[in-house]
Amino acid sequence: MSGYEACAEGALAAGCGFLGYTPIQPSFGIVRRFITRCAETGATFVQMEDEISSLAAVLGAVWTGRKALTVTSGQGFAQMMEHIGLGVMLETPCVIVNVMHDGASEGIPSMPGGGDVMQARWGSHGDYEIIALAPNSPQEMFDLTVEAFSLSERYRTPVVILFDPVLGRMKDSVNIPEAAKIRVEKRKYYKGPKDGYLPYKYDEKDLIPSMVDISQGYRFHVTGLTHDEKGYPVMNDECQEWNVHRLVNKIRLFADKIVRMEEKYLEEADVAVVSYGVVSRDALTAVEAARKEGIKAGYFRLQTVWPFPEKRIAEIAAGIKRFVVPEINFGQISLEVERCSRGRAGVDAVYHAAREVGKPGSILKAIQKTNK
Amino acid sequence: METINTIQEQKHPMDDLLRMDRIPHIWCPGCGIGNAVSAFAEALRKLEYDLDKVVVVSGIGCTGRVAGYIKTDSFHTTHGRAIAFATGIKLGNPDLKVIVISGDGDLVSIGGNHFVHAARRNIDLTVICVNNFIYAMTGGQVAPTTPIPAYTTTSPFGNFEAPANVPQLAEAAGAVYVARWTALHMRRLADSIVEAFNRPGFSVVEVISPCAMYYSRINKLGDGLDMMQFYYNNSIIRHGESTDNLNIDYQKEIIVGKFVDRERPAFSESLNEWLRKDQVE
Amino acid sequence: MRIRNREKPFGIEKPVTARGQIVIIEDRCKGCGFCIEYCPNDVLRLSDKYNSKGYHPPYVAHEEECVDCGFCQMNCPDFAIFSVEVESGEREPAPAESVKR
Repeated sequence: MSGYEACAEGALAAGCGFLGYTPIQPSFGIVRRFITRCAETGATFVQMEDEISSLAAVLGAVWTGRKALTVTSGQGFAQMMEHIGLGVMLETPCVIVNVMHDGASEGIPSMPGGGDVMQARWGSHGDYEIIALAPNSPQEMFDLTVEAFSLSERYRTPVVILFDPVLGRMKDSVNIPEAAKIRVEKRKYYKGPKDGYLPYKYDEKDLIPSMVDISQGYRFHVTGLTHDEKGYPVMNDECQEWNVHRLVNKIRLFADKIVRMEEKYLEEADVAVVSYGVVSRDALTAVEAARKEGIKAGYFRLQTVWPFPEKRIAEIAAGIKRFVVPEINFGQISLEVERCSRGRAGVDAVYHAAREVGKPGSILKAIQKTNK
Repeated sequence: METINTIQEQKHPMDDLLRMDRIPHIWCPGCGIGNAVSAFAEALRKLEYDLDKVVVVSGIGCTGRVAGYIKTDSFHTTHGRAIAFATGIKLGNPDLKVIVISGDGDLVSIGGNHFVHAARRNIDLTVICVNNFIYAMTGGQVAPTTPIPAYTTTSPFGNFEAPANVPQLAEAAGAVYVARWTALHMRRLADSIVEAFNRPGFSVVEVISPCAMYYSRINKLGDGLDMMQFYYNNSIIRHGESTDNLNIDYQKEIIVGKFVDRERPAFSESLNEWLRKDQVE
Repeated sequence: MRIRNREKPFGIEKPVTARGQIVIIEDRCKGCGFCIEYCPNDVLRLSDKYNSKGYHPPYVAHEEECVDCGFCQMNCPDFAIFSVEVESGEREPAPAESVKR
C-alpha cells in the first residue's frame, strides 16, 4: 500500500465521514483512495472550487457530527490559512493533510519539500496554537492519520499532517488493525439541558468546551469574532484575553501529552540528528553509518512537529555538543532547535535538497564535522 | 386600560425566532437589513418548519451579523465563505435546511466564486443576498453592485466600474429560483423566501436594502425613509422578466419580482444516485 | 392622503373588519419612521419624547383605525412594534367624513 492510500485508509479507519478537496498534485492519491471507498463506508465527498472553500466545507461538515478531512499541497495549503484561523476560533476538529512540495508558489510539484513547516505553525493570522504531525513511512501514515483525528477531537483544533510526495508514493506493507482495536478519542459532547448550552463554557481541567451537533435543538451560535461563553461576539480586551489565552493554553499546557517522538542512540551521544518526515529516513541511515565510524551520533525524530518537544530538546542539548538538523529547506525546525537548546549545544542546519532524498551523504558529512 | 396591560406583557411574535438577548442589533437607524431579517423570520413562522433542522450561515459585514440574531443553529463565518461553509453543512447532513444570509460584497465579490459554483452544483441552499450597493461595515467603499456613477468613499469621482447583476449571475450559474425584492416589499419578500426554502436546489433571493449611513449619505439621497420612498415610487414588479434587463442604474427604476423558477437535480440527490449505481455495479 | 375603499361585499350586510391594538416596545426603536410612513391606515405618529437611546419612538394616534394588518411589525427593522387582534366583530363602516380625513 502506498503512503497516500495508507493515509486515506487511516482517515476511514478513524471514522472520517467527509472529504472536501480541490485537485492539486501531489496530494491526489489520497482522494482517489478515499472516494472509491465512499460508497461502502457511508462517507461523502465534494470537490470544491478552491482550497479556501474545501476547508470551509470541511468545517461546516464537522458541525453536523461528522469527522472531516481535507487534503492539499503547496498553494492550496496557503489558501487554507484563512480557515485554519476559523477552525481554531470555532474550535472545530478537523484534519488537514498537506503534501509538501519543493519550492515557493508553483515550485516543483512532483519533488518532495519541507518548506511548509513554519507555515503550518504560523500561517494563519492572529495568535493560536496548532498540532502538526509528520509521519515517515506508509505504516505511520496510517497510524498518525488515526492519531490526528484522535488529537483533533480531543483538543478541538485543526490538526495538520505534513508529509511529501516521496512518502506518498512509497509502497510498503501496512498493518491495519481490526476496526475494534482502533481507538479514536470521542468528541466531547454536551449532555445537559437544552437551554443551558453555552458553546464556549469550558472545563477548568482541560480547557476544552463541549460540542453539540447542528439539529440537536440547542440553537447555538458560534462566530469567528472574539466571543464569550455564549458564542456571541464581544469586542473588548477582557474577552479577547479570556478567549485567546485559552485557545493557546488548551494546547500549550498539554503539550507533554500531545508530543510524540522517536529516539535512538541518544545515550552518551555527542551529536544528535533532529529530523522529521522523509528526511528522517536518511538521517537514521547517516547516524548508523556515523556510529560505525565511531562517531557518537544520536537520532531524534519528531512525530509531532507542533507542538515542538521543547523540554526534551533542552534535555538533550545539555548532554551533547552539537545538533544536526537536516531539512528540505534552508532552516525552519533548526531555528526551533536553536531556541530550545539555548546555546548549550551548537546547531547545524543542513539543507537536504530534494534530489538528495534517499542519499544520506550530506547529513553524514555534517555529523562527521563533530570530530574535527 | 387593563387590556393594554395584558397586551404589553405579550411577547413580540418574533421573539421566539430571534435571540432577544442580543437585541437591539448593531444596524443603524434606517437600515433595511432588519427588514430582511424580519421577512426571514416571518417566512420561518409561515413555514412552520422544525427550527431545529434549520441552519443559518452568514459571512462578514453588516448583513454577516444576521446569523447572530436568529435563534436557530447559526454560524458567523469568514468573509465570503458562508456558501462554502454551508455546502459542508448541507452535505454533512442532507436533512438540514441551510440558509445563507449575507451581503452583496460578501456573496458576489469575495465569495463570488463560491456563489457561482454552489449554483452550478445546485447545492440545496437558500441564499438571501441583502444588496445595499456598498461595503458598509468597512466604511462605505465601492462594492461590486455599486451603480454608475454613485459616490462612495473609494469612488470619490463617482463609480465607473460596471456593477454586477445578481439575478443574472445566479441564473447563468444555474440557480433554480431567483427573485428580487426591496426591503419595502415585505410580504412578497417573505413569500419569496418561503418559496425558495421549499424549492430543492440553489435558490437566490436578492433584497435591495437602504444603507442610510453610507450609501445614501454620501450620495445625498436622504435617510433610510427617503430610500424606502424611492423604492416605493420606482420599483416595478415584473415576474418572469429576463434577467438581462435587471441591471440597476443609479436612482433609476428597480425591477423586482420572481425571475427564475425551474427544476434541476440537486447535488446531494445526484451524488447519492451515483453512489447507489456504483454499489450496484 | 390614501382613501380606504370599503365596498360592501356581496351578500353581507356589514363588512367585518379585524381590529388591532398596537404594542410598541419603545426602547428597541431607532426612530427610522418606516412604520409611520407605511402604515396603510395612518395609525402611527412620531412622538416628541425620547426613548432610552435618544430616538423618537412612534405613538399610536388613531388606535381605532388599526386593522391588525401586521405591516408595521414586518416593516420594523428593530422588532420594536407589533399588533394583536383585540376583537373581531361587526363594525360600522367608517363615516364618509372620517374616511377622507
